[in-house]
Amino acid sequence: MSRITVENLVKTFRVAERQPGMWGALKGVASRKHRVIRALDGISFTLDAGELVGYIGPNGAGKSTTVKILSGILVPDSGRVEILGKVPWKDRIRYVSCIGVVFGQRTQLWWDLPVIESFDLLKDIYRVPDAAHVKTRDELIDLLNLKGFLDTPVRQLSLGQRMRCDLAASLLHEPEILFLDEPTIGLDAVSKLAVRDFIRKVNREKEVTVILTTHDMDDIETLCNRVMVIGNGRILSDGTLGDLRKRVTGERRLIVQLAEDGMDVEDKDAELVRREGNRIEFRFDPDRIPAATLISRLASKYPVRDLFVENPPIEEIIAELYNDLGSA
Amino acid sequence: MTAYTAIVSARFRMLLQYRAAAMAGVVTQVFWGLIRVMIFEAFYRSTTASQPMELMDVITYVWLGQAFLAMIPWNTDPEIRQMVRTGTVAYEMLKPVGLYNLWYARALATRTAPTLLRSIPIFVLGMLFFGMKAPESMVSTVGFAAAMAGAIILSAAISTVLNISLMWTISAEGVGRLVPAMVILFSGLAIPIPLFPDWAQKVLHVLPFAGLSDYPFRLYVGQIPPENLWMVLAHQIGWTILLAFLGKYMVSRGIKRMTVQGG
Repeated sequence: MSRITVENLVKTFRVAERQPGMWGALKGVASRKHRVIRALDGISFTLDAGELVGYIGPNGAGKSTTVKILSGILVPDSGRVEILGKVPWKDRIRYVSCIGVVFGQRTQLWWDLPVIESFDLLKDIYRVPDAAHVKTRDELIDLLNLKGFLDTPVRQLSLGQRMRCDLAASLLHEPEILFLDEPTIGLDAVSKLAVRDFIRKVNREKEVTVILTTHDMDDIETLCNRVMVIGNGRILSDGTLGDLRKRVTGERRLIVQLAEDGMDVEDKDAELVRREGNRIEFRFDPDRIPAATLISRLASKYPVRDLFVENPPIEEIIAELYNDLGSA
Repeated sequence: MTAYTAIVSARFRMLLQYRAAAMAGVVTQVFWGLIRVMIFEAFYRSTTASQPMELMDVITYVWLGQAFLAMIPWNTDPEIRQMVRTGTVAYEMLKPVGLYNLWYARALATRTAPTLLRSIPIFVLGMLFFGMKAPESMVSTVGFAAAMAGAIILSAAISTVLNISLMWTISAEGVGRLVPAMVILFSGLAIPIPLFPDWAQKVLHVLPFAGLSDYPFRLYVGQIPPENLWMVLAHQIGWTILLAFLGKYMVSRGIKRMTVQGG
């Protein structure tokens, strides 16, 4: 049973166009030209219960628009969405009590209230019974390690602390689906790890379906078993991280560390990517030459101290995908 | 607690923290009160015609107005203004509560908490030093209290409609300039309504603003007999219900606009 069904979602925005300069501004008073932007141009996908999906794309690709539609804030022009048997923008009040949403750039906590009071307030707003609330709340406080600043007003929290509190707040009513819009944005390395760890736990242990948008490829690599890439309002790729890699490029990287400096290393089947001192990086196509063959050939010709094979960094793959999109 | 009482109580507690603002408010309001009292004294001294209100009553009326100024719906909620400008207002819709009720609850707390902090010191100062008189009778005290409760409910309804109107006039400039002048004049805060010409009084008695201050204050000084309290309450509650319908209609239109065109 899929919990989220999205079919052929289209959303357009009308944007008033202003011509530059004084004359343009004056013309704008008399008649205004509108440009229609297709933010979403036929998005379709389904998600099963318990999936943890990364939803990525360049700025302006339509990620946030999708999340806003799925969370009931925006109404699409056309298309069908069914989540937990409900249409998000119809019957909004009943629907939003079954989902949790975190927007990395904003907070749903009350700015001037201590964290714990925001939690209490959310309990009343979501009508969570007292006993259930205490249990969930204490569990979340424990998992996210919030004990130290529960009595601090939200405005005095660091970004990392605030994000952890926001994550807790979004799960107090035990939603089945969690939308996370750039939850790691602006966080330091330690906070990022804590947030990722928590997202993974919530997904595995509480079986919450998670949709995660991000620009941080480490989020994707460490968390998501499925990645959807969106660009210009369309889904460009949908599958595992491995599928995505294969689709864009099957290439591998071979990094060779030489025992001596300043040597020229060449091979007819491998292309030089970069060279830093005695560290040399090649790219090769494993279909043309198996990694083992290439390694033994290089090792026999050159004084190799160390070498290893790796996948190209996910950032480069995504960048390539976005580039293809631009030229298409 | 229900969602709405929880919101009212949380906001109320939060607003009670702003003691410095309340102190400043008290000082300003006392200052303006003194000026206004002097103007009315000069006016009464220079006139020979008999006036519809005694000077004593006018002075009390003025001090009541100063004490309850924070309750008058003369401005929009700065946080809602901010939310509309930045588009955060869309995120209010992620909570499983009706937007009108949510904002009404906010307004109720916003109008009561600061008033509570300010009215008591001004009452004490007014009675001790500035010639404010005690309520006409025990019965009129009760009448005044009941009418003040009605005034708060009405004031929150007007505030909520003003706040909802921000969804259209994004800059809030128009609302911010027009409304204070209108509310302060029509509620009798600038000049007590009994001192208006007869034809104007007829209109002002029907408009909602008289229920904010003029009716309760006149119950206090005994200008409205306590047995007419029910008329005051009917006026206040009637307008509150009417404004709630208007507000809910505006919210549904506003949400449609927001959800179709984006935040």
